[in-house]
Amino acid sequence: MKMIKQQILAIVCAIGVMLPIAGAQAETDKHARNLSASCAACHGTSGHSVGGTPVLAGMDKELFVAQMQAFKSGARPATVMHQHAKGYTDEEFELLGAFFAAQKR
Amino acid sequence: MSLDRRDFLKLSVAGIAIGAFPGLAFASSEIVKKKGQRVVIVGGGFGGATAAKYIRMWSDNKIEVVLVERNAKFISCPMSNTVLGGTRTIDDLTQGYDTLKKKYGIKLVQGEVKAIDSEKQKVMLANGHLSYDRLIIAPGVDFMFEQIEGLSASVADKSIPHAWKAGAQTTLLRKQLEAMPDGGVFAVSIPKAPYRCPPGPYERACQVASYLKNKKPKSKVLILDANPDVTSKKGLFMAAWKELYPGMVEYRPNAAVTKVDVAGKIAKTEFEDVKADVLNVIPPMKAGAVAAMAGVASVDGRWCAVDFLTYESKVHKNVHVIGDAVSAALPKSGHMATSQAKVCAAAIIELMQGQTPDQNPTIVNTCYSMVSDREAMHVANVFRFNAEKQAMVSAEGGGVSAQRSEVEGTLAGYWLKNIMNDVLM
Repeated sequence: MKMIKQQILAIVCAIGVMLPIAGAQAETDKHARNLSASCAACHGTSGHSVGGTPVLAGMDKELFVAQMQAFKSGARPATVMHQHAKGYTDEEFELLGAFFAAQKR
Repeated sequence: MSLDRRDFLKLSVAGIAIGAFPGLAFASSEIVKKKGQRVVIVGGGFGGATAAKYIRMWSDNKIEVVLVERNAKFISCPMSNTVLGGTRTIDDLTQGYDTLKKKYGIKLVQGEVKAIDSEKQKVMLANGHLSYDRLIIAPGVDFMFEQIEGLSASVADKSIPHAWKAGAQTTLLRKQLEAMPDGGVFAVSIPKAPYRCPPGPYERACQVASYLKNKKPKSKVLILDANPDVTSKKGLFMAAWKELYPGMVEYRPNAAVTKVDVAGKIAKTEFEDVKADVLNVIPPMKAGAVAAMAGVASVDGRWCAVDFLTYESKVHKNVHVIGDAVSAALPKSGHMATSQAKVCAAAIIELMQGQTPDQNPTIVNTCYSMVSDREAMHVANVFRFNAEKQAMVSAEGGGVSAQRSEVEGTLAGYWLKNIMNDVLM
């Protein structure tokens, strides 16, 4: 009986620890979604471009992050993207990359 | 939200104003039966239509959205200067609201708002009212005709168009250019900043010059700017005027038009009288009339102060303001309106679910200007929320094109295609 109580306690504690993490994850996901929404003017809703710009929806995350870093450093020349890339942090590249990678093409 | 004494006085005044017109507040019926939590959005331009779509999309259609718009169709103001140049028609910039209705379940009410009761949380129209839990006003701009003697809304509609909202006046201005004799003068007057679309008037000068260069090469384009200098993309515009339209475009700073002679097509500044064949006076601007109805145009009686985490008005609770009407160090552009709309949409969903809105909104503006039939240049910036200043501030790295180019001209067309799709489809 004592063991069961301890197990229940352990489970309750585990849930207690997991819930804030899940909450934090949901917040991060929403922040990533909100960040990415500003890209839509040129790259379409959720990265579904309807022409002229790359489709970001479903793009490999590593590829996305590498491109953004190349725009930021100047390694990849651009008309507009070097200016936007310089405005974001590396953490934000990761968030944006994860969001777009998770969108169905 | 805390209210200081001044805010409280303003609220009382709003209350009295509504008390004086009881007919507006009572004896009207709900236009669309309210089911559950509802957001009413007034204004179906870039900001309002985007907010409508994204609230539905991001709330899994759980929040009811009613969009009130007086026009039957959406017309893009961005790129409308190319109608003057002749590479686009107004039809190319026009799209209906059908997809917002069908795909996203947004309830569209075509009509004009007559009053807003922010105490009872109702929007009054001629045929009844709409109750709201939260209201978004996206009224764009209205024109302060009274600041220019001789000018009025009807003069603008008939003979001296501002054409600063895309539509009938854009077409009228194009017709006036077509009727202008070779060797004539086109004069555009620019109001003091802030106004909608900072680079727009300079782009317009380029588009008109592009048309005249081909059809009426002896003509002149005269820019009368109330500002002390070109307010946006200065070096690029100066280069375009000099290189693409040599001897045709003339720029005069500190030249605020204070009076017009309608019959004579004369614009008067402090220093001179300018006679034009086609006169295009862009009057000073303020937040669209709906902002005053809601009692939220608190900054100089012209613009609306908001909390940049939610775009909730600093004056009235549950009233949000987005787009050109907002008082901010943000450009009054179509892209900016959609970016603000998305921050506002996300925040409203969180607030309605008892959650905390995103504390770190980061948004983007990309704005192209077409300087000929094929070439464009841009300004691009990331803006982030600064908690200390309680303001949106420009992030590092933003800026303008190194030079105008045909590549950017092509990209500008795709920008329009993508943003219209994002707003309406």
